Amino acid sequence: MDIVFNWSYFGYLLYGAMWTLVLSACAFVLGGAAGFLVMLARTAQSRLIRQIALVYVEIIQGTPLLVLLFIAYFGLGVFGIEVPPLVAAAISLMINASAFLGEIWKGCVEAVPRTQREAAECLALTRWQAFVDVILPQAARIATPPTVGFMVQMLKNTSLASVVGFVELTRAAQVINNSTIQPFLVFGIAGTMYFVLCYPLTAWSRSLERTLNVGRR
Amino acid sequence: MSAAVNAPAVALPAVALKDVRKSYGPLEVLKGVSFDVAPGEVVAIIGASGSGKSTALRCINGLESIQAGSIEVCGHHVGTQRSDAELRALRQDVGIVFQSYNLFPHLTVEQNVTLAPRRVKRIGNAAAKDLARACLAQVGLAEKADSYPEQLSGGQQQRVAIARSLAMQPKVMLFDEVTSALDPHLTGEVLRVMEKLARDGMTMITVTHEMGFARRVANRTIFMRDGLVWEVGGAEMFAAPRTPELQSFLGSEL
Repeated sequence: MDIVFNWSYFGYLLYGAMWTLVLSACAFVLGGAAGFLVMLARTAQSRLIRQIALVYVEIIQGTPLLVLLFIAYFGLGVFGIEVPPLVAAAISLMINASAFLGEIWKGCVEAVPRTQREAAECLALTRWQAFVDVILPQAARIATPPTVGFMVQMLKNTSLASVVGFVELTRAAQVINNSTIQPFLVFGIAGTMYFVLCYPLTAWSRSLERTLNVGRR
Repeated sequence: MSAAVNAPAVALPAVALKDVRKSYGPLEVLKGVSFDVAPGEVVAIIGASGSGKSTALRCINGLESIQAGSIEVCGHHVGTQRSDAELRALRQDVGIVFQSYNLFPHLTVEQNVTLAPRRVKRIGNAAAKDLARACLAQVGLAEKADSYPEQLSGGQQQRVAIARSLAMQPKVMLFDEVTSALDPHLTGEVLRVMEKLARDGMTMITVTHEMGFARRVANRTIFMRDGLVWEVGGAEMFAAPRTPELQSFLGSEL
């Protein structure tokens, strides 16, 4: 008797998709916070801090996400630290995102004309006040499209968590396919679900770009 | 040179440069610049590009560091070393307006004007609004408070930039070629605002190419050449320059 794809399998895929979303949200919030710190370090006044941040970025950007994931999952286990797959995946995605977002945002901060900081500092604002009130809002506008683009990429990268046994969308599809052997159907549906998750982000990015540009540079 | 640059001995000068030197690498752009500006005085600095006139102006509020000499501005000392806190104290008393306006594009006109008073002087929102209205009225733009800089003409943007500086109630205002980026038909509105400021007793130093403005409004004009104060005088200087260099400069400008 062949086992075929049915609605309960579909429900299982939805369950996996939910965990994909949870993992993506964790990774984005944590990675965004860490990326902000990396951006601050990369644009710091101190040359030493800038250099240290650059080395961090170079190392992380040169390391496959899968390797980070293995270090977080198996590596910490060696020290007797039991890491649940969700936590290992979230940590490795966070570290990965911090380097990429930090570098993207650094570029956006530097894209704001130097004269803006000069004008703010000539009004006796501190460097930090000038950054928060003048540079950051303008950098955020520039940063929106590439940041959302990176979010889409990260959402798809969460599929790597399946290799440490975390049941997200890809792992769920794999489990189902193992019994039904209908790869085109099962992975086709999983792929469609990824698209459904990513498309709103892209659309949102486009609408943000439009609204943020109204009447302004 | 210093003999030609006497300020009245009665009042302490608002701005005093003494033998200021500044280099970019091997290129010395200020080769010992000295001049005084009395409180309430309007001084124009003229000269060809590369004469060091903008650099001299930018040194006065610490935008450029100096390698030798000293600058006294309203009781603040600008030497070769300066801390961030000293710079901020200085800049509360010295406003500057740039050639390219440098308004904050993401803020409304009113927010542009109130940002520094709110952040630096910590005045409340209502007081900041009143202040903005008063400063914008001074430059004739009260009705543009809710516009964004991009929606304004160049002349209007430059007037907002002046209002933004005035909101900090500076004792000295620096103007760095503020009409040079404007279409000729827009320079008048900016110059009129500056004239009104001068009449109201503001101490002003303006680097300018507007010879008519310098002659008509400035109490004294400083002609800079090769990083030096070359000639100083009143309006009569334009009719009867003493040095051949000023004569040929004026000939090329007019």
